[in-house]
Amino acid sequence: MNKKPELLATAASLKEAAALLDAGADALLIGDDRFGMRLAGHFTLEDTKAVIEMAHARGCKVVAGLGGLMPNSLLDELPAYVKAIGELGVDAVEFGDPAVLAAVKQEAPGLKLHWNAEMTSTNYATSNYWGRKGASRVVLARELNMDEITEMVPLLEIEAQVQVHGMTNIYHSKRKLVASYMAHQGRPTDGGSMGKERGLFLVEAERPGEIFPIYEDDNGTHIMSSDDICIMEDLHIMMEAGVQSFKIEGLLKPTVYNAAVVRAYRTAIDAYAADPEGYAFQDEWLDEVRKLQDPERELSFGFFYKEQVY
Amino acid sequence: MSTMTKPQHKGKRYRLDKPELLAPAGNLEKLKFAVHYGADAVYIGGQKYGLRSNADNFSFEEMREGVEFAKKYGAKVFVATNIYAHNEDVAGIEEYLRNLYEAGIAAIIVADPAIVDTARRLVPGLEVHLSTQQSTLNWQAVSFWKEEGLPRVVLGRETSLEEIAEIKKHVDIEIESFIHGAMCSSYSGRCVLSNHFTDRDSNRGGCCQSCRWKYDLFEDARPDGTWVSEEEQAEAMQSPERLLPGVTQLPLHEPQDNPFTMGSKDLCMLESIPDLIEVGIDSFKIEGRMKSIHYVATVVNAYRKAIDAYMADPEGYVLKPEWLEELNKAANRPLNTGFFYDTPDHEDHIYEPEEKAAPYDFAGLVLEYDAETGTALIQQRNHFKPGQQVEFFGPDDTFFKQTVGEIWDEQGNSLDAARHPLQKVRMKVDAPVAYFDMMRKRK
Repeated sequence: MNKKPELLATAASLKEAAALLDAGADALLIGDDRFGMRLAGHFTLEDTKAVIEMAHARGCKVVAGLGGLMPNSLLDELPAYVKAIGELGVDAVEFGDPAVLAAVKQEAPGLKLHWNAEMTSTNYATSNYWGRKGASRVVLARELNMDEITEMVPLLEIEAQVQVHGMTNIYHSKRKLVASYMAHQGRPTDGGSMGKERGLFLVEAERPGEIFPIYEDDNGTHIMSSDDICIMEDLHIMMEAGVQSFKIEGLLKPTVYNAAVVRAYRTAIDAYAADPEGYAFQDEWLDEVRKLQDPERELSFGFFYKEQVY
Repeated sequence: MSTMTKPQHKGKRYRLDKPELLAPAGNLEKLKFAVHYGADAVYIGGQKYGLRSNADNFSFEEMREGVEFAKKYGAKVFVATNIYAHNEDVAGIEEYLRNLYEAGIAAIIVADPAIVDTARRLVPGLEVHLSTQQSTLNWQAVSFWKEEGLPRVVLGRETSLEEIAEIKKHVDIEIESFIHGAMCSSYSGRCVLSNHFTDRDSNRGGCCQSCRWKYDLFEDARPDGTWVSEEEQAEAMQSPERLLPGVTQLPLHEPQDNPFTMGSKDLCMLESIPDLIEVGIDSFKIEGRMKSIHYVATVVNAYRKAIDAYMADPEGYVLKPEWLEELNKAANRPLNTGFFYDTPDHEDHIYEPEEKAAPYDFAGLVLEYDAETGTALIQQRNHFKPGQQVEFFGPDDTFFKQTVGEIWDEQGNSLDAARHPLQKVRMKVDAPVAYFDMMRKRK
């Protein structure tokens, strides 16, 4: 029988971290805005220390997100950060840029490495390539479908993580697109924020009603999906296939919502682990999530059952 | 700083004496024009694993012919093998790469490390260049790929000249940069708008350019920008029906405003050739496998002349205004300098409605020139007729305007117009022309 899969959730703050652990998360993804990409929140080293202590006290893990696209200017700061989080006892590091591989090997060789290239982690051969470079896990692209995921797992020499809930990034530019547009309009910004907290979104001319969150940070401009993945109904397919970790993306969501999502997936994973043969998805597991769901955002199967062409 | 540096490391020379001019070739004919007009190398797409699934991509047979043609000019042919593979794509990679190698392809341009790895292990004679799709921005990442056996990295378009200089300082490797053409406004490869809007996979060649569509910008006017406030959280579990505040969208656009878009102006670095050469960029890449013959020939011609002029006499170099004028005859979007000097701002995007067409058309191709009669045999590429203003240009010295006089068919019959595609007509020319020179007309 497959080992019980891990349930990982992103945490925006210490407070949220505590709530998500209470709700049943096995692991938390946190990080420093300098090195992470689209993190739910920023953790100082002090907060990182606290969250690691909090998680480890419950037998849970902490993964640091270092998935940024790194310019030369960040390379000087990277080793010290890696060394510091290694000493604090973080369990793993997410990376995309090979510069992070070098820093981990040099500063904290015991740290586990999770390869997360977002939309470009699309096949088993590339995942295994990064496995040979030291990665122990791949975070699969959100644009893969269920067949691709399940057929990939037996071919992987490393663990697989699949995002099962929440929004996904669909466009990332280094340009400051919102600020540029406002400058073009002549709209005064008064140094105002274009960040996550502002609640900015785009609506495409032909798609009224689909709301695409957009925000700026030090990494540029991010546009997010208009729907939230929710694949709990078919979670058992991936548990049966042996996916080792399920991720809940809590970006741009309040804690009360993320905690409800974690509780729901916790229930499903535990029920499956207790009795895989007798397992059946119960619709009411999602009641709480549905009640808290942003009425302007659809819960969807994402790309799990989409056929894409090219 | 001189670009004429000799090998610094034993046995391997990673800096080219003169930067390579690398041009796109959407098909065999475009390849021939690109090479004849001065490209040192061209990049093409094969029938698999490339990012332009709509281009009329090369068969292995056509590749062989293209390689043969290029060889006569001392030029190389690269193949863009730049998809991010899915499981189903993995099995055929090895065979495909062997076929490319046997066809005489000098290098492949690769994004997916699975393809990098397969090529390095199984087809070692085939050079591997890392694609811009990998968004490589720093010298440690470049160093990683060098250790993987790659002689060249195409940097992310987000790198500045200053950053490129630092990369060159740390790593002895060829650096290729896009210097002209259309740009993803996103980090290349980091955009799945097409996947979301049209179920077309952008990273396997299905991009439908949703970045150039029109959008409206709003702000969520719900308290705290969120639909569940702190107070509501406390009550949430007791009375969840309270959590439906309704749609509260605050538009951030006035009726007279242009809509929001991510579409970028096109890149043009012709005015910065000395800076590009001095920073040590080894290969200057022109975008546009989907562009016309007229576009490719015109753009290659302009950059060829600028690079050669600079290399011949760096101190005495001056940009000739006619090179820029030439580029503008092929351009169909406003131009800018991308990230080379600074991060693009509102001046660098296209908010206004776009003029789609370039101002000039390819009217005819010179097949023969008869010095005695001062006439040329011309293959028609677009309708033209006596009385029209045309321009002749070519890779060598041909560059003049004239009015089309009388035209004759091959039997010597006078014609009122050259109507038929590929029809051969003879006409008087005001100055000598040569095989492969082009005749263009204003639209």
